[in-house]
Amino acid sequence: MIEIGLGHYLTLAAIIFTIGIIGIFLNRKNVIIILMSIELILLAVNINLVSFSIYLQNLVGQVFVMFILTVAAAEAAVGLAIIVIYYKNKGSIDVEQISSLKG
Amino acid sequence: MLAHSLFFYFFSTVAVFASIMVTVSRNTVYSVFFLILVFISISILFIMIGAEFLGMIMLIVYVGAVAILFLFVVMMLNITEQITKRPIRKGFINNISVGSIVGVIIFLELLVAVGGWKYKGTFVSLSDINLNLAISNTHALGNVLYTDYIHLFQISGMILLVAMIGAITLTFSKRENIKRQSYFNQIQREKDSAVSLVEVESGKGVKLDD
Repeated sequence: MIEIGLGHYLTLAAIIFTIGIIGIFLNRKNVIIILMSIELILLAVNINLVSFSIYLQNLVGQVFVMFILTVAAAEAAVGLAIIVIYYKNKGSIDVEQISSLKG
Repeated sequence: MLAHSLFFYFFSTVAVFASIMVTVSRNTVYSVFFLILVFISISILFIMIGAEFLGMIMLIVYVGAVAILFLFVVMMLNITEQITKRPIRKGFINNISVGSIVGVIIFLELLVAVGGWKYKGTFVSLSDINLNLAISNTHALGNVLYTDYIHLFQISGMILLVAMIGAITLTFSKRENIKRQSYFNQIQREKDSAVSLVEVESGKGVKLDD
């Protein structure tokens, strides 16, 4: 209990990952919170990689965390741009109303 | 050892609480602020465990760029007003039942994956982690990143460039009724279309724009 091991960090990552998944289900009204939940999921992956990297004494995990950071930043930028133009066209960002492509 | 565990429990509790608040908060602006809180506490955990470069990068990239981007978009779209106008929790019960079932299943799978890890004996324990104090974490990461992973590093730069171009072209809107300077038209203009010689008879003026 006192000794913080790898399992503690992995459990923390699992909890945050699960909260991110549930957040995608809960917020069907707001795309921005769905994007934030995706950021939480990526953060959980980062925690896993960093803790494995530290406890295995191998730096490659931290290198991959940097790549995940890059992809997360790019994803947030493009996703928010799509949200902005969608809001310009439709006037809302309700997920349940995004069904224009449905036949 | 005790300080490490105290710090871990404190900041992980803060992170879990704040990430719950990100998902259940009614106001989107509050969600963004709780997201910032999650990132700060996780980056403190990273710094504490010995990955100080990544902790600082998390602070700079996430808190300084991504969260502020979220905040700008939330404030630009004026969503909070729009959402409080409507019954927000319509279908909340259905969503929370399905979502919590899926979430609990995924969490149990993750716990099985954590608990059933076979090679647990090869991990070093916390007291045996020897951080090489002669060479800093940033230096060590640079040694790996700029030698073995240089191509992946450049590809990630390309990803950022493509994302930047994509975001600009998506949100760029051409506005009508605005006079702009057109360099091509200016440069392509010839002498024949711009200047004309007119024989002016004495006593009469010159009529332009005919």
